[in-house]
Amino acid sequence: MSLTEINAKAAALKAAFQSAGAEALECDILLSAETFLDLYGEDVRTRAYVSSDPARGEVMLRPDFTVPVVQKHMDEGAEPARYTYSGPVFRRQEEHPERASEYVQVGYEVFDREDPEAADAEVFALFSETLAGYGLRAVTGDIGILTAAVQGLETSERRRAALMRHIWRPRRFRALLDRFSGRAPVPPSRAALLAAKDPFAEAGPFNGMRSEAEIRARVDALKADAKEAPLSKSQVELIESVLKVSETCTFALEQLRDIAVDLPAMSDAVERFARRSEALAARGVDVDKLDFEANYGRTSMEYYDGFVFGLLSTQPGMPAVATGGRYDALTRRLGRGREIPAVGGVVRPDLLFGLETRS
Amino acid sequence: MSIKLGVPSKGRLMEKTFDWFGARGVSVARTGSDREYAGAVDGVEGVELVLLSAGEIPRELSAGRIHLGVTGTDLIQEKLVQWDQKVEPLAELGFGHADLIIAVPNCWVDVNTLDDLDAAAAAFREQHGFRMRIATKYHRLVRHYLHRGGVADYQLVDSQGATEGTVKNLTAEAVADITSSGETLRANHLKILDEEPVLRSQATLFRSRVAQLEGKDRAALEALRDLLGV
Repeated sequence: MSLTEINAKAAALKAAFQSAGAEALECDILLSAETFLDLYGEDVRTRAYVSSDPARGEVMLRPDFTVPVVQKHMDEGAEPARYTYSGPVFRRQEEHPERASEYVQVGYEVFDREDPEAADAEVFALFSETLAGYGLRAVTGDIGILTAAVQGLETSERRRAALMRHIWRPRRFRALLDRFSGRAPVPPSRAALLAAKDPFAEAGPFNGMRSEAEIRARVDALKADAKEAPLSKSQVELIESVLKVSETCTFALEQLRDIAVDLPAMSDAVERFARRSEALAARGVDVDKLDFEANYGRTSMEYYDGFVFGLLSTQPGMPAVATGGRYDALTRRLGRGREIPAVGGVVRPDLLFGLETRS
Repeated sequence: MSIKLGVPSKGRLMEKTFDWFGARGVSVARTGSDREYAGAVDGVEGVELVLLSAGEIPRELSAGRIHLGVTGTDLIQEKLVQWDQKVEPLAELGFGHADLIIAVPNCWVDVNTLDDLDAAAAAFREQHGFRMRIATKYHRLVRHYLHRGGVADYQLVDSQGATEGTVKNLTAEAVADITSSGETLRANHLKILDEEPVLRSQATLFRSRVAQLEGKDRAALEALRDLLGV
């Protein structure tokens, strides 16, 4: 299909979102790279095009709309607000040169403090209805349930913080669980450090910006951690059982409520899930058939911290046609002290073409 | 037409490459004055010598402007995206050994693994308000390595030379650089992490997968490969 056809499809989607009550928003394409680097770290350079400007420093071709939309809303928006936008985004494809490095996204975002679960349901139902007839499979998840489970673990605050920091890196998260529970052996260098009478005996001169006090603080923390009892087997199993939940929403809710009996810190998050399911049902979504995967959205959607969803083509290897979720923490970080609960999603009109002829 | 063989234009890498070819019956030498970048290949028909900076050889191979080239694995993997689709390694030449490693100040007694580096980076960012800086010129390789190692909260700062000095000069907290003996690192009070290096590199003969072979080129390449035994 041609770019003209894609843009026509995008315009139709944007019009549908406008008639759902969204205000149309335009965003810059050339953005400050600093914001993205601060949020996502160096890895973002492998996914986005970074260039330099003699006056502005490092700049980036818009890799998604969420960050500029949040910034615009924080600077000039009134509450509550619903926005829609449409335009190209740019992604480097180092590992997959066959994938598009420029494509159009059409989005719908809701900034509303009133009733977060109702807003979640509103966004999902809108995407689901707008894209009905393309034969897509819907998946939902909730990062908030996993973070609540981690926050409720019976272990030190330091260990909980380390796990929280790596929620979005499943492999690293796994490695930390193994180490805290004693399943992975202590590395020899760590054992030597802990056994040393004077850990600084062969340290040589202090150099660099990381100060002696900072190094001593971490050595002390490592010693304290070594005295800490390992994370119990039952606690690890609780986290694992949460991650394994993959069911329809109705059954997933039942399973999660069972797990919450042993991990009460998770209860509030599970009840939010229950309210969301009710709100979805009220909008005509059949939650008895809607899939829920506790693990969904942990890798590719780093800024989502609550409800997440994807509308996927049944064709293997095809990127998600639409994705979305809640990103309250992102508004907190970009808002410099201010925050507003936010949820939204995007759809790629270019991916709809093959599917339309099929149906 | 002829086959073009790219060889580093200077120093020990050039001399050792000439020796390696010489030992296999292919005489490769510079011609003219010391300052003239021209050379000759004897012992096999239809092969032309191109003297280039080792850093430019990956690009020339991937553009198909040279058919064969000698350079380090590190340069190939850093400079070429999907390098294995553009060039094929034919032989490791047994010299120019160097590892691309991550080094931190020796006084960081608490940091020996990638796991430690990640934890230290998180604390550093909290304390100083910016991401821990790692000085390197191998951005792609190091970023990929740290991503796989699950290290976050760091930033790469570009350093094209004297990288080991950046820590003392307070322009970086750690370095990622090529080392062969580790002496420069020790002299600058740095230690290598107890991990597999980012990359083990050595001088390697590569074949371009994209360079066109015309007329007698194919036979010339076959003859050269037979002589070299690669």
